Amino acid sequence: MGSVTRIILQRLALGLLTLFIVSIVIFIAVNLLPGDFAEAILGQGATPEAVASIREGLGLDKPPITRYFDWLGGAIQGDLGSSFAQANFASFTGSDAASGTTVAEQIAPRFKNTLFLAGVTAAIAVPVSIFLGVLAALYRNSIFDRATNILTLSSISSPDFFLAYVLILFLSVLNPLLPSLSNIYDGMDFSERLVKSLLPALTLTLAVTAQMMRMTRAAIINLLASPYIEMARLKGISPMRVIVTHALPNALAPIITVIALNLAYLITGVVVVEVVFVYPGIGQLFVDSVKIRDIPVVQACCLIFAAAYILLNLSADVLSILSNPRLRHPK
Amino acid sequence: MSELLLKVRDLMIEGRSDETWNPIINGCSFDLNKGEVLGMIGESGAGKSTVGLAAMGFTRDGCRISGGTVEFDGIDLVNASAAVKRGLLGKRIAYVAQSAAASFNPAHRLIDQHTEGPVQHGVMPREESQEDAMELYRRLRLPNPEEIGFRYPHQVSGGQLQRAMTAMAMACRPDLIIFDEPTTALDVTTQIEVLASIRDIVEQFNTAAIYITHDLAVVAQMADKIKVLLKGDEVEEADTRTMLSDPQEEYTKSLWAVRSFQRPTKPAVPADAVPVVSVKNVSAAYGKVPVLFDVSFDIHAGRTVAVVGESGSGKSTAARCITGLLPPTSGVIEFDGEPIPADYRSRTKMQLRQAQMIYQMADTALNPRKTIGEIIGRPVQFYMGLTGSAKRKRVDELLNEIELEPSQYFHRLPSELSGGQKQRVGIARALAAEPKFIICDEVTSALDQLVAEGILKLLAKLQDELGLSYMFITHDLATVRSIADEVVVMKDGRVVEAGPKKEMFTPPHHAYTDLLLSSVPEMDPDWLTNLLDARGVDNIGDAAVGKM
Repeated sequence: MGSVTRIILQRLALGLLTLFIVSIVIFIAVNLLPGDFAEAILGQGATPEAVASIREGLGLDKPPITRYFDWLGGAIQGDLGSSFAQANFASFTGSDAASGTTVAEQIAPRFKNTLFLAGVTAAIAVPVSIFLGVLAALYRNSIFDRATNILTLSSISSPDFFLAYVLILFLSVLNPLLPSLSNIYDGMDFSERLVKSLLPALTLTLAVTAQMMRMTRAAIINLLASPYIEMARLKGISPMRVIVTHALPNALAPIITVIALNLAYLITGVVVVEVVFVYPGIGQLFVDSVKIRDIPVVQACCLIFAAAYILLNLSADVLSILSNPRLRHPK
Repeated sequence: MSELLLKVRDLMIEGRSDETWNPIINGCSFDLNKGEVLGMIGESGAGKSTVGLAAMGFTRDGCRISGGTVEFDGIDLVNASAAVKRGLLGKRIAYVAQSAAASFNPAHRLIDQHTEGPVQHGVMPREESQEDAMELYRRLRLPNPEEIGFRYPHQVSGGQLQRAMTAMAMACRPDLIIFDEPTTALDVTTQIEVLASIRDIVEQFNTAAIYITHDLAVVAQMADKIKVLLKGDEVEEADTRTMLSDPQEEYTKSLWAVRSFQRPTKPAVPADAVPVVSVKNVSAAYGKVPVLFDVSFDIHAGRTVAVVGESGSGKSTAARCITGLLPPTSGVIEFDGEPIPADYRSRTKMQLRQAQMIYQMADTALNPRKTIGEIIGRPVQFYMGLTGSAKRKRVDELLNEIELEPSQYFHRLPSELSGGQKQRVGIARALAAEPKFIICDEVTSALDQLVAEGILKLLAKLQDELGLSYMFITHDLATVRSIADEVVVMKDGRVVEAGPKKEMFTPPHHAYTDLLLSSVPEMDPDWLTNLLDARGVDNIGDAAVGKM
């Protein structure tokens, strides 16, 4: 296992390096946004003095490099700073700016909701995709294979909001099976939360299934010409078992990679679906924060998105490595 | 004994290419009795494997049985349903593939693959089949029979995998086993162990077998009767001794005569001659693993030095050191008496030109997307600076040298050529640099004997015309006998013996040279039996452990 541990540590170190570089990019990009919080909050009639005083209060007058390292230093210690909007609100009510809601407090419940939705979606989409992929490989070029391909491809080609409204129409309006509003809140019990999240989860399932299913199918079919698959057939093994026990274990690496990419999408790219179902996820928070130039929140969201991408790809790499017996069992 | 097991009549098989069905097998008939071994022989493309698989009722994708019958123990395999065939495959008819390394699933342990058949066919439960696997491993003289099954395929050597696959074929005690070139990918010394194991176990369980190979000497040891195929046609069939002593057909006779090509002995090299290439006390390592130890040999102008040894003996590593792909950890490479940089990146274009290489697998050594003209034209332009019509003229000359008609082959892709033609293109590409010295790395081992002989003759002709020196890496001693002037025998990264060919083939030898020489199968059907008697079974066992 020595070599595997070393590879994992290497990847981890590379992941951290990537995250560091991404943090610089995020900081620069966010600072390139036209306008700033002071202008956004004061509107058109802002006097230069008022803008300057708000800027000073939020530290926006410091040079960018200083602000970057203040932010990075805080982020490393888990302090993502204070939300501008909340801090500002606090100053109006006369309390101390520093005691306003921190970014972490603001993001945490939203991020939890996003993870919940991604989790429910993954729990449906991943098994379904692999199952459909295996069946499509087994009955390749049959009617079933083609129908699955057409269905999954049309669903991935349709915009998210369109799928969402179609599902609402059929599952909520015409047949009132599921609620069309996913306004979940703290203290809801699990089953209620699940029911409320089901429609957005199904929408997202339709959006991510195609790629995973097609990769499963392609990775398996790719292996069907290998001598060991022919050997399994010549041993009189049933076609289903040939695919599941002989082809699938060797096809895992590409499948895992695609699954990781899609899971990352579920965490970072679902704002449209959140808006349609009024689901309180991190995507909405992010968009709102961009609108009012609440830079600490925007930066924190970006950093979380980047970390999610890196972490999921990292786990995909590690799992792919572990799926190779040559590395698990060195000579 | 003489109970009929398999009856094949007028078997016709077609393969699909470009939307049309073309005949691959044009009527093949044979009978196989219980416990009998049929040797099936022919060049690649003769359809041996296709017939072998059809005898199991199986055709590869893109092939179909278009006529004739295959009857196994009264069951019509051509028309049987997939489920009926699945019930027979693995249980009553088993298959041993050419490359065990590729045919074992890399994701599962050997023993899990072994027990899969018996468990799925309901022959015996898993535990019993595991016990049985260990017993079979023991009978096939695998080292550590209790433990070896729990390894993954990549943890086991090629010869051992081939025996493990034979054990797997035996798992359900089938009535018939198809052996498809089971020893072709193995070294001669390993081949003997596998041949002996296969022969013993087939005899012990009275299993019938079809033994497919292109090596006559091998089939002579294994088969009761031999069938010769040529491009999908039956040539002849007879019992082994008759076939060897009295072949009827011209084609069979030509197969039998293949190993006759031999170059005349050249005069000794003058003592003061400067070798074209001199390897001096070279040691080399892959990473931290040392693989070459203090290797020295010289190659003189117009001479062929054969470097022989089993896989892993360091032959190809020595070649990599000479070409500068693997800089040695110590020692020097000299061209014409001048030391040259160890790393190819520090060598001048002139030095790079001097030494060219021809590879074992012409398939993978030629860029599949480039035409033959482009493949040969590139070194012509790179080394000789020729462009335009001068380049075209030179490429045509080179194609003529390798006996391929330029107008016909210039625009073809490698996939449109046969194996032997591809290897000729590899030779032309090496010649394009106008080198003094060419490394031939197992250039004939992937080819059929007749084709291989053509390549050897071409290389000999080019040597005479152009005064080339060859370093000829091979594990095939018949090739050495026909083409070499000097021989270097390598084992475990060391030179164990070196000298003129004549000395090497006359006793006394170094013990290892002796083992190599005596392991080359001969056309005598009693050769294996006699050899095993002479060596004693223990000796074989030792050799097996030595391979670990």
